Amino acid sequence: MNLFAKIFFLALSALFIQNFVLSRFLGLCPYLGVSKKISSAFGMGMAVIFVMTMAGAFCFLVDAYLLVPYQLQYLRTIAFILTIAALVQFVEMVILKNSPALYKALGVYLPLITTNCAVLGVVLLNTTQSWPDGSAYSFLDATLNGFFSGVGFTFVLLLMAGIRERLESAEIPDCMKGMPIGLILAGCMALAFWGFMGFKM
Amino acid sequence: MRFIQELLKGLIKENPIFVIVLGMCPTLATSTAVNNAVGMGLAATFVLVCSNIMIAVVKGITPDKIRIPIFIVVIATFVSIVDMSMAAFVPALSKSLGIFIPLIVVNCIILGRAEAFASKNNVLNSLADGIGMGLGFTISLTVVATIREILGAGTWGAGKWLSWEWDGIRVMPQSYDPMLIAILAPGAFITLGLLMGLMNKMMKRTEG
Repeated sequence: MNLFAKIFFLALSALFIQNFVLSRFLGLCPYLGVSKKISSAFGMGMAVIFVMTMAGAFCFLVDAYLLVPYQLQYLRTIAFILTIAALVQFVEMVILKNSPALYKALGVYLPLITTNCAVLGVVLLNTTQSWPDGSAYSFLDATLNGFFSGVGFTFVLLLMAGIRERLESAEIPDCMKGMPIGLILAGCMALAFWGFMGFKM
Repeated sequence: MRFIQELLKGLIKENPIFVIVLGMCPTLATSTAVNNAVGMGLAATFVLVCSNIMIAVVKGITPDKIRIPIFIVVIATFVSIVDMSMAAFVPALSKSLGIFIPLIVVNCIILGRAEAFASKNNVLNSLADGIGMGLGFTISLTVVATIREILGAGTWGAGKWLSWEWDGIRVMPQSYDPMLIAILAPGAFITLGLLMGLMNKMMKRTEG
C-alpha cells in the first residue's frame, strides 16, 4: 500500500469504523468525566492527541530496539506504561517551561493521561495489529495510528460535550441526572457509529 | 470491627462501578457474557488485593514525590503475572478478554485505591479494602453481564469455565430471537446507564 492509502485507511478506521471510545471501549473515564464543557473537552482532546502521537512513536522504538532484540516481549506492559508515564512527565515540564499559556490550558489534564487506557491501548495494539496483507506496523504507521486514534477520541469527546451542554437545560428525572444519562447518550452515539461497521477496507 | 467494615463498603456503599464510577472500560468491554465478566473481575481482584498489600507494606519508604510511578510499577508487575498465568492456564478466556488484561494496569480502580486507601492505611485494612472493592467490581460486572447475556443470547453463563464447556442456563424460551444490540457496544452503554439510574433511585429511597 502506498503512503496515502495507508493514511486514509488509518484515519477512517480510527475516526469511524473502530473508534477508540465507542467501539473499542478505551478511554471511557475521560470521555464521561471531562465532557461536561466544550472548552475542557477540547483541552483534554488536544493533550490526548499530543501524548498518543508521541507514545505511538516512542513505544514503537522501545519495542523494536529494546524489547524484541533481547526477547523481552513479556515486559511490554511494564515497559510501555513506564515510557508513557515518563513521556507525560517530560511533556508537562517542557510545556511549563516554554509556554505557560498552553500549560494553563492543558496542565490539569496531562497527569490524567498516564492512566488513560486509550494511550496504553493504542501502543499495545500497535504491536499486535497488522495490515490486511499481514505486514506489521512500521515506525511511521505506529506514529500515524497514535495520531489518528487521538483525533478519533477528541472527535467523539467534542460531540459528547456539545450534546451534554444542551442537556443542561433539558428536563430529566432526578435519578438519571449526570452519569446515567451520559451513558445512555453514549449508547445512542455508539448506535450511530455502529452504522460504519459494515465498511470493508 | 474495622476489618469487616472495610470489606463490606466496596460491595454497595462505595461500589466502584455504580457509585464511584471508576473502571468503565473493562466494565463495558468484557460484560458481553457472564463467564468473561467473572474472569475479568477475578483477575482485577487479584491485582487489586496484591497491589494494595504491597503498597501498604512499602508506604513508609516511598518518597512522596515519585509515589505514582512506584504504584504503577507495582501494579504493572502483578498485571504481568496475571497476564502470563492466564495465557498459560486459561487460554480461551485470555483470548476473549484480549487487550483488556494488560489494560488492568491503567484501571482507575486499582490506582485509585492505591492512592486513596492503601498508601494511608495498614496492611490488614488494605487487604480488606482490596477484597471488598474487588468483589464489588466482580459482582457489578456480573450483574451487567447477566442482563446483556440474557437479552443478547437468551442464556446465562454459557461458554468455557476454565477447561469445562457449559451450555448455560436457558433463560429465554427456545423461540426467543436474541436482541443482538445488547451484546454490541450500544447495549453496554445503555444497560449500564439504566442500572446506574436504578441504583440512584434505590439509594435515595433508603436515605429518605
